[in-house]
Amino acid sequence: MSDLSIRSLSKAFGGVRAVNEVSFEVKRGEFLAMIGPNGAGKSTCFNMINGQLAPDSGSIWFEEKNLTGLVPRDIWRLGVGRTFQVTATFGSMTVAENVQMALISHAGETFRLWKPAASRHRERALDLLHQVGMHEAADRPSRELAYGDVKRIELAIALANDPRLLLMDEPTAGMAPRERNDLIALVKRLVVERGISVLFTEHSMDVVFAFADRIIVLARGKLIADGNAKSIRDNPQVREVYFGTGKTFARAGAAT
Amino acid sequence: MSSFLFQALNGLSAASGLFFVAAGLSLIFGVTRIVNIAHGSLYMVGTYIAYSFATVVGGMLGFWGGIIATAIIVGIIGAVIEVLLLRRIYRAPELFQLLATFALVLVINDATLWLWGPEDLLGPRAPGLRGAVEVLGRQLPTYDLFLIFIGPAVLIVLHFALARTRFGRLVRAATQDREMVSALGVNQAVLFTAVFALGSFLSGLGGALQVAREPANLAMDLTVIGDAFVVVVVGGMGSITGAYLAAVLIAEVKALCIAIGVVDFGGFSVNFSKMTLVAEFLVMAVVLIARPYGLLGREQGAVRSVAEPEEPIRPATRGLKLAGVTVLAVLIYMPLIAQDSPYVLVLGVDVLIAVLFAASLHFIMGPGGMHSFGHAAYFGLGAYGTALLVKWLAAPMLLGLAAAPLLALLGALLFGWFAVRLSGVYLAMLTLAFAQIVWAAVFQWEGLTGGSNGVVGVWPTAPFDTRETFYLLTLALAVIGVLLLRRFLFAPFGYAMRAGRDSPLRAEAIGIDVKRVHWLAFAIAGAVCGVGGGIFAFAKGSISPETIGVGRSIDGLVMVLLGGIQTLTGPIVGASVYATLQDTIMRQTEFWRAMLGGIILLLVLAFPSGIVGALAKFAPRRKDQP
Repeated sequence: MSDLSIRSLSKAFGGVRAVNEVSFEVKRGEFLAMIGPNGAGKSTCFNMINGQLAPDSGSIWFEEKNLTGLVPRDIWRLGVGRTFQVTATFGSMTVAENVQMALISHAGETFRLWKPAASRHRERALDLLHQVGMHEAADRPSRELAYGDVKRIELAIALANDPRLLLMDEPTAGMAPRERNDLIALVKRLVVERGISVLFTEHSMDVVFAFADRIIVLARGKLIADGNAKSIRDNPQVREVYFGTGKTFARAGAAT
Repeated sequence: MSSFLFQALNGLSAASGLFFVAAGLSLIFGVTRIVNIAHGSLYMVGTYIAYSFATVVGGMLGFWGGIIATAIIVGIIGAVIEVLLLRRIYRAPELFQLLATFALVLVINDATLWLWGPEDLLGPRAPGLRGAVEVLGRQLPTYDLFLIFIGPAVLIVLHFALARTRFGRLVRAATQDREMVSALGVNQAVLFTAVFALGSFLSGLGGALQVAREPANLAMDLTVIGDAFVVVVVGGMGSITGAYLAAVLIAEVKALCIAIGVVDFGGFSVNFSKMTLVAEFLVMAVVLIARPYGLLGREQGAVRSVAEPEEPIRPATRGLKLAGVTVLAVLIYMPLIAQDSPYVLVLGVDVLIAVLFAASLHFIMGPGGMHSFGHAAYFGLGAYGTALLVKWLAAPMLLGLAAAPLLALLGALLFGWFAVRLSGVYLAMLTLAFAQIVWAAVFQWEGLTGGSNGVVGVWPTAPFDTRETFYLLTLALAVIGVLLLRRFLFAPFGYAMRAGRDSPLRAEAIGIDVKRVHWLAFAIAGAVCGVGGGIFAFAKGSISPETIGVGRSIDGLVMVLLGGIQTLTGPIVGASVYATLQDTIMRQTEFWRAMLGGIILLLVLAFPSGIVGALAKFAPRRKDQP
């Protein structure tokens, strides 16, 4: 059964076709990596799926519902969580309050004016923080934390609405190799426990090849490959976009 | 038809003066990101200095030479201000810079009063351009014709200077990304001073050229800055050509209103020539809604926030609760304590009204991150709602008071719907525009509101007709208002407000409708402020347009910043200190503005995080809970 279905998605900026007729599916419970060199259209693709950009054509389906044209908050309400490439937390709140805010919103209590927020869903927030290993920092202001820790908090926030699909745009960008593996291993464990499907983009091939169930490759806005780690590794087209053909300097070498 | 064209020509000559001051403001904002409220004061000083040259030196040299000399002198004054004051606060939060330039307005105004006296001073007519030419059967002064041409001339010179010279390239580069410019090794200090001097020069020139057209007077600073804001925002921040287009647009719309004059709509006559202010701000509101960054403006380059991040809010500590209860107890017993000095209770009412104003303004400015420059609109709606109900329907006092928050709420819902769609300086200017619309509507709708005379005879009735009971009523309303706002801030709604301010992207991604949350916050703040307005009407027994003008909005900003925007008790302390200072200093000296300005400058330089913020830094930091 497919969870997320992308059908002929396209987006152009001026004359540049950033995403060109891309179609793919994420199956229930799948850990799908989207890779590609810089400028391949990964982020554009992502921003269309999470509602920040409207596609020029094509459609996005999640559990038989059409997401195309919905705003981010509506997509979130349908059960899609997300994390950001550049971390975005609420700097004036504590770590626990950041998670509580998401829980409050999930419970539809955003416009409540009376009972203090600090006491709402605190247990559940601490529980989520415990799962990402950040419970000890619960009462520290979120802006004081190290980058890798903020990424973990974002994960806890993203899990707050019990999502069935998680979108992660470069979840390990800017982290040290050791931290990267830890974080992705944590994500993988949490989503397998909950049966959450994940679509993530990633630049670290180690992480991708070690953890992804399946990999899709974008280059210049087009989907050029789709398969497991081995088939992607051996795919000549993928090798070409990542490493070139090896002929760029061959001719120059012959001329001298 | 010919009268329309003639008014259009008049409009063009008025546009030139507007353009000069707006172009300077726009340049300064583009490069330094400081909204220089004192820019209108430089214009005013320009008119006064040019007057002195024209009358003391006299003749061709005194007039024309004087205009050039004035512009240069004002440019130098600008450079001095930049070096002595603004250079110290570029790293301060944006609002502090506003506060500092507002203090300059006060100081310059009193300096002008001291040097030139309170009378309006009309300069001589321009030597060489005394005559008039006949245009469309009417006499157009030659000087006005000269003004029509000098505007575009300066525009062209400026345009080429910005496009072709090294200095111009630096200015444009800094407007886009000043961090990058300084990273490339450009001496920012010199660049900023030069831009400030140039902007001041233009403003001084604009002021000096007016010397033969209208008398120099002490109210020019705020009227000119109001117009200049509108022009800059309509034209697009940082765009000189946009500023000229906007100046022409605004001046022409005003001229059109005057040309239309009185029109009868089936027995209902409307005098359009009295609608100029409403028209001006309506144009701005329409432009901002259709093009949020002005006619030729672009989205502002990112300014890396240099403001100190805010601490998470914590429930009141035992110490704070104790202090609060003690203060409240003292306030309740004040009628007994102050039996011998009845003035204390009058001051108390003023302070409490200021507290309502500042606390509600802080509600949207601090946690909401929306910098409103027009909070007086809701104060005014509350005050007039009450006063009109009492005057026309003879409503009992409490019913009249109940109308205050309702009318303010409606106004805030209407204006807020537009306002939350903008941010930053544009939001500030749109709120200012709405406040001016309210002001102008009240001022010009004489039949209902009594125009400039206002509504009189709004006195409290029994049991609140004694000084003591009225004070206690005010205290009760103020305490309820402040506690309600505080309660909201600790509730999910207040958290959602801060979430939308801290990171709109993240807030939307966890299902928060940021615009709707901020819209409701705007409405709540408006309603609470309206209560303050209602009490104000009863406290003074009257209400007039001048009490709900720009000045009151600015006072509110000063109070919030004075107390410290990042703390919840800040606005209360700020309002108390400011209202007390205003009431006491004002009675002591003729030059109260300068003293107030001096105090504000001192506070800005010494306590950049406000009074409460500074106190909090000295207090030992609370340890995190284990």
